[in-house]
Amino acid sequence: MAQSAAPPAVAPDAPLTLPVRAILPWAAFFGILMLILLYFVGAEGGTAAVFSGEGVHEWVHDGRHLLGFPCH
Amino acid sequence: MNSATVRTLLVRGMLTGIATGVLVFGFAYLVGESPLRSALVFEAAHETEHGPELVSRTLQETAGLATGVLFFTTAFAGIAALAFCFALGRIGRFGPRATAGLVALGGFVTVFLVPFLKYPASPPAVSSPDTLNQRTALYWLMIALSVLIGIAAVVLGQRLAPRLGNWNATITASVAFVVAVGLALAFLPAVNEMPEGFPANVVWDFRVAAAGMQLLLWASFGLIFGHLAERVLEPRTANAPTQQAVPPQAAPAPH
Repeated sequence: MAQSAAPPAVAPDAPLTLPVRAILPWAAFFGILMLILLYFVGAEGGTAAVFSGEGVHEWVHDGRHLLGFPCH
Repeated sequence: MNSATVRTLLVRGMLTGIATGVLVFGFAYLVGESPLRSALVFEAAHETEHGPELVSRTLQETAGLATGVLFFTTAFAGIAALAFCFALGRIGRFGPRATAGLVALGGFVTVFLVPFLKYPASPPAVSSPDTLNQRTALYWLMIALSVLIGIAAVVLGQRLAPRLGNWNATITASVAFVVAVGLALAFLPAVNEMPEGFPANVVWDFRVAAAGMQLLLWASFGLIFGHLAERVLEPRTANAPTQQAVPPQAAPAPH
């Protein structure tokens, strides 16, 4: 990759970055939300159950197998 | 570039996930359901006890499959969009489209490919319900390990780049990733519960379908989200070709 030969001042073509400060709140909130979503697709009703019964497991049964999650 | 940009990218990532989910559902329905049905035929022929059918097969193959796939693709697309926000400008001098492609490649390898090598997707009836807890824990552990090793490899590559140059640093970090993942694959317990007489071609077809779904998911995420992200981050360059790139005497390009 081309190491920038420009003087170390502010390179006009410096790569654009997003400040971590701006990302963290979204990552914390939506990251956890997404993991909960994945939990319902991938594990609910098998090892642990928030809702009683096998309803969630049976509903996403085919997706769970085909997406690679362990199932019966 | 602030929090609003991150929000826009996250929303576009999740919209990409929904679009991708439609594609993956179509593929899963056309390619994945056939071996799954064959496995259910085997299961029905060998199972002694069978609980009441809570959800009909028709619903499981259509609405149920679509729900699972769309949740999965939207969730991972959202996480990948956030990973993209972190990665942009920090993993090398890549623009938005290339960064999205690399994040998608990383997602495919760490979230799917590496865990798949140890604990491949399996059709119904090939695994014992008794070991479900253990298999579930191992699978999520494998994903977490693989993602963490992947992040560690990227950080290692960045640290080495000033000394070794980008090319050699990338190779060193990749080799470190392969060795660390190889050790994890070697030392985690194996799962082999294939019942006697289960048709091997059904397992093969099922796993090819499962791998195809993930390939489709991550490839289309990388391409679609890269395009959308570039329009957010570089609106001018995305809309019009750069002026400097055109030589003065160049004839107008035929369209």
